Amino acid sequence: MAEEQVLSAKNRRKASPTLIVGAILVAAVVLAALLSFIWTPYNPVQAFPADRLQGSSAAHLMGTDRYGRDVFSGILYGARITLLVGLVAVGIALLIGTPLGILAGMRRGITEEVTMRGADILLAFPALLVAIMFGAVFGASTLTAMLAIGIGSIPGFARVARSGTLQVMSTEYIMAARASSQSSWRIARRHVMPNIIGMVVVQCSVSFAIAVLAEAALSFLGLGTPPPVPSWGRMLQESQQFLGTYPMLAVWPGSAIAIAVLGFTLLGDGLRDRFDPKLNGER
Amino acid sequence: MGIRLLINLVRFVVTYVIATVAVFLFMRAIPGDPAQIALGVNATPELLAKTRAEFGTDRPLLVQYFDWALGLPFGDFGTSYITRQDISPLIIDRVQVSLILVILAMIVALAIAIPFGTYAAVKHRNPSGIVVSGISQIGVAIPNFLAGILLVVVFAVGLGWLPANGWTPPGEDFADFASRVILPVLALASVQGAILTRYVRSAVMEVMSEDYLRTARSKGLGKLESLIKHGLRNASIPVLTVTSVQLAALIIGAVVIERVFVIPGLGSMLLDAVGNRDLLTVQSVVMVLVAITLIINLMVDVLYTVLDPRIRKGA
Amino acid sequence: MDAPHNAPALIEVKNLSISTKTRSLVSNFNLRMQPGDRVGLIGESGSGKSMTASALMGLLPEGVSATGSIHLAGHAGNLVDASDKQWQKIRGKDMTMVFQEPLTALNPLMKVGPQVAEIMTSHKSVPSKSAARSKAVEMLESVKLPDPQRAARAYPHQLSGGQRQRAMLAMALANKPGLLLCDEPTTALDVTVQRQVLDLILESVTELGTGLLFITHDLSVVANVCDRVLVMNNGQVVEEGSTVEVFTNPQHPYTRGLLAASDLNATDEKGRLFTVASAAAYVPPTENEPEPEDLAQLAAVSAEATAGRPVLPLPAGDEPVISVEDLHRRYPVARSTLFGKPSEVHALRGVSFEVAAGQRFGVVGESGSGKSTLLRILAGLDQPTSGSVKVAGNQISGAKERDLIQLRQQLQIVFQDPMGSLDPRMRVRDIIAEPLLAPGQKVDSAKQRKLVAEMLGAVGLPRDAAERFPHQFSGGQRQRISIARALICEPRVLVADEPVSALDVSVRAQVLNLLSDLVDDYQLTLVFVSHDLGVVRHLCDNVVVMNNGQIVESGSTEQIYDNPQHDYTRTLVNSSMSLRNELSLR
Repeated sequence: MAEEQVLSAKNRRKASPTLIVGAILVAAVVLAALLSFIWTPYNPVQAFPADRLQGSSAAHLMGTDRYGRDVFSGILYGARITLLVGLVAVGIALLIGTPLGILAGMRRGITEEVTMRGADILLAFPALLVAIMFGAVFGASTLTAMLAIGIGSIPGFARVARSGTLQVMSTEYIMAARASSQSSWRIARRHVMPNIIGMVVVQCSVSFAIAVLAEAALSFLGLGTPPPVPSWGRMLQESQQFLGTYPMLAVWPGSAIAIAVLGFTLLGDGLRDRFDPKLNGER
Repeated sequence: MGIRLLINLVRFVVTYVIATVAVFLFMRAIPGDPAQIALGVNATPELLAKTRAEFGTDRPLLVQYFDWALGLPFGDFGTSYITRQDISPLIIDRVQVSLILVILAMIVALAIAIPFGTYAAVKHRNPSGIVVSGISQIGVAIPNFLAGILLVVVFAVGLGWLPANGWTPPGEDFADFASRVILPVLALASVQGAILTRYVRSAVMEVMSEDYLRTARSKGLGKLESLIKHGLRNASIPVLTVTSVQLAALIIGAVVIERVFVIPGLGSMLLDAVGNRDLLTVQSVVMVLVAITLIINLMVDVLYTVLDPRIRKGA
Repeated sequence: MDAPHNAPALIEVKNLSISTKTRSLVSNFNLRMQPGDRVGLIGESGSGKSMTASALMGLLPEGVSATGSIHLAGHAGNLVDASDKQWQKIRGKDMTMVFQEPLTALNPLMKVGPQVAEIMTSHKSVPSKSAARSKAVEMLESVKLPDPQRAARAYPHQLSGGQRQRAMLAMALANKPGLLLCDEPTTALDVTVQRQVLDLILESVTELGTGLLFITHDLSVVANVCDRVLVMNNGQVVEEGSTVEVFTNPQHPYTRGLLAASDLNATDEKGRLFTVASAAAYVPPTENEPEPEDLAQLAAVSAEATAGRPVLPLPAGDEPVISVEDLHRRYPVARSTLFGKPSEVHALRGVSFEVAAGQRFGVVGESGSGKSTLLRILAGLDQPTSGSVKVAGNQISGAKERDLIQLRQQLQIVFQDPMGSLDPRMRVRDIIAEPLLAPGQKVDSAKQRKLVAEMLGAVGLPRDAAERFPHQFSGGQRQRISIARALICEPRVLVADEPVSALDVSVRAQVLNLLSDLVDDYQLTLVFVSHDLGVVRHLCDNVVVMNNGQIVESGSTEQIYDNPQHDYTRTLVNSSMSLRNELSLR
């Protein structure tokens, strides 16, 4: 019809600088981790007592620590631990938190109250506290760290999924779906999930950043991956006694943690700008 | 208002009780016999039995739970199985140190976040505003223990202005207390301030696009004037939500910072207890931390009703 | 026609152009108003009318800039270049504004009285704060708020929509400005409230000698309020003149199209509404005709329209398609005091009616009348507290989800919001085919494809629309998609929930015509829920009027409109505006 003009095709916005920088930083961490599988300059756990506490050089890009271990190799290997813990933790939270949130949003009443109170209780136990409890009972390990951070991240996913689901459930297209007798399962699959997937992806990125921070804090406290496997947090902790003389020992792992966290935070922000319907509107 | 407060109080109690059950089951039921843990694998059965009777762990779990849980609200945490000392006076001593750190850090963080966040929102198109946002973005990515280490490198090791670690209670020697508290509080507050700056910024940006701000401008109020008179109180509601969540995060953050600065707070106590496998102490300190978090949430909810008249009038 | 040009102008705007960095929003806008003039600025969404108002207040959003000149009496210099400091002295004192959405336009955390007082204290137009406070109460009284003392102490959420808009007006008039800008001030209000607020605006500006620039999409409102109109389209004023002249003798084709499409009393020879396309045949209203009191004539027009439509014979004793008996619905509400009884909302209180096969049944009511609850129950989306509802032989009351499947094959809904009623992540093909996925339906994908294509054709959309997503369509087209979805499983009853209230006037007529045609083609029974009496009158042959969860009056359309019996119906009929009526009442 001539009088009704068809709106021009979706004008995809260009990727924001936030998104690009975030993606680059995350990619750098991922590449470091992948690289550590096939190559590190030295064996990251092998000590060379003769070469202890050296500064940067051609032989040791980031110098060596107090046992003479190559810091650069440790940083590369640490990326692997960081990503592993992050992936498993976010995976646990995603797989448990999201369905619970959707359930709470679709089944109001008792189901919602129970689920959200459960989330409230979990919220009073931050990842670090859960990890400390795990450490006390089972002893510190990579596994306890991953589990603890994962459990601590569940409420975030449950809340995001629930609020997204509530938004979707209040729309008229859900009314229309119910008015043609679509089952709850089908509504969840066809309408709710595709519409909240953006928010969940953003939450993944944000949770990943939090998981990286928590892992670093745990290994800093000696409750994460046990030695000798290198982790950024413990490298930082071990550097503490040399702050007066070799501050670079703190700077390298510190920067690695900051880059990883910054990368995932920026990625999350960039993705949010992209997915947020409010920002994506006409204005 | 009354009904809302009552509902929240009931929720608080229920959440708290469930949390005690969860912590008790996890810390007491899973690890096994505390007497065995305290005495080691080579203990004789007679000694074990005697120690169990002494600890009271020969009684049914349910009795042990009530014995522990009912003592908590009165500050009775029991006697450590490892150090054989009464836990309560230690916790009360330590909790003060941690609270001083956390409260000071939150005040400093808000003092950073409110002006800078507002500035970044008002000037969000100017380079200066973008720079503030950028700095806060980077601040968020720095773990507080790293911030602590950097502060020590610069101000204690490098410039030698302040002590690198240690603690003096404020009642004993205030000047010494002040010099020792500055760096840990800054370490907590700088990171927290960066996080809050971002939330303040987005809350103020949200408010700036509201219709009532346009109304205020159409009355003849200036940009800043309308923002201060009409915007900030509205923006404070979402910021309050975040602050309560962040306060809980700050309490946990303090655990780590106490380690960095060798401060005898709850965090150090908790970590030492973990190191000693002193499970009853861990269990009790965890419950104290959880209770503080829950109480903060409850108080924030009361604050909401004060701030927002829409909540005050029931549904 | 216009006031003599030598008189000092209240405001004079010349060659005002507004643009963003990449796009022109308004070009060459000219306006000259004398003190006390009442000018209407008409345009559909996206015409640039609101942007023009913002520019006149010096409140353009960031990234939007204006060129040209604005001169205001008492202020030297071109205001387009004025600093914000200069504007602050003007805004709220010489020029004020009332906005569309009174709830969001008021600060939710501040009491109404202080918000009104603030405009006086900030311009120091009263000697003291306490003087401002008492003057604020006076102002609230002058806009006829019941119990102004209490209103001043209330928060905005404690007032009704109409009361909030009155408070906004009190604020806008507090400093006796020379010029009042109103941006769709009654669009968000109920019909009866709209009339009262319009009367109040008109009364106040006349009394104070305030110039009024009234921005709206609603032609009948302009006919009611303004002496002069400017018609805007795509950022340009296409026609300007006295209200009577423009509305009775439109020169520009766009104005003519707009008039034709919004005139629900006029139909072409086939009994269909005029659209922008068929506007050439449209005869604009003439002044003083029909006679204001002569409602019979209006009825004749309407009867003519109905005459062209085949009315299905209703065999006596035939089972009605919908029969509702003594329907009640109560919702529990959270109690507000500790020991008080838990209160409840009584959304429906004993509603009974019958709809015969082939009827076009209108349900008219304002917000809170219970019409949405009724609709949800009819569709089996909500259960009544008591009473019986039978749709096409299915008892809904107390039915299990399984039993409702049958019902929903027989009854489908077209929703109000063209944005929200289509899942943004689904292709149009899947949206339209959704009812075919209901349990018990066995339609293979080839058949599905064929049916979707058929439906697209029936609602006048191209075949390739099936592969696209909802955001690629305009509001009217999305409503067509919604209609296609409702009709694909060949229901007997079509329920339309305010299907045109979110659409622009020019699109509204097309969608209404389409709906009307499809009801005939598919031999549907139509239940049409609306707050807009004009639309219901055009489309329906029987009407029930709802108020406070009850049906206050029911009968044939002519009967209700021409001879309303109940007080509420009378108020409703008298409050609703039609272009012809407003023009003839001038």
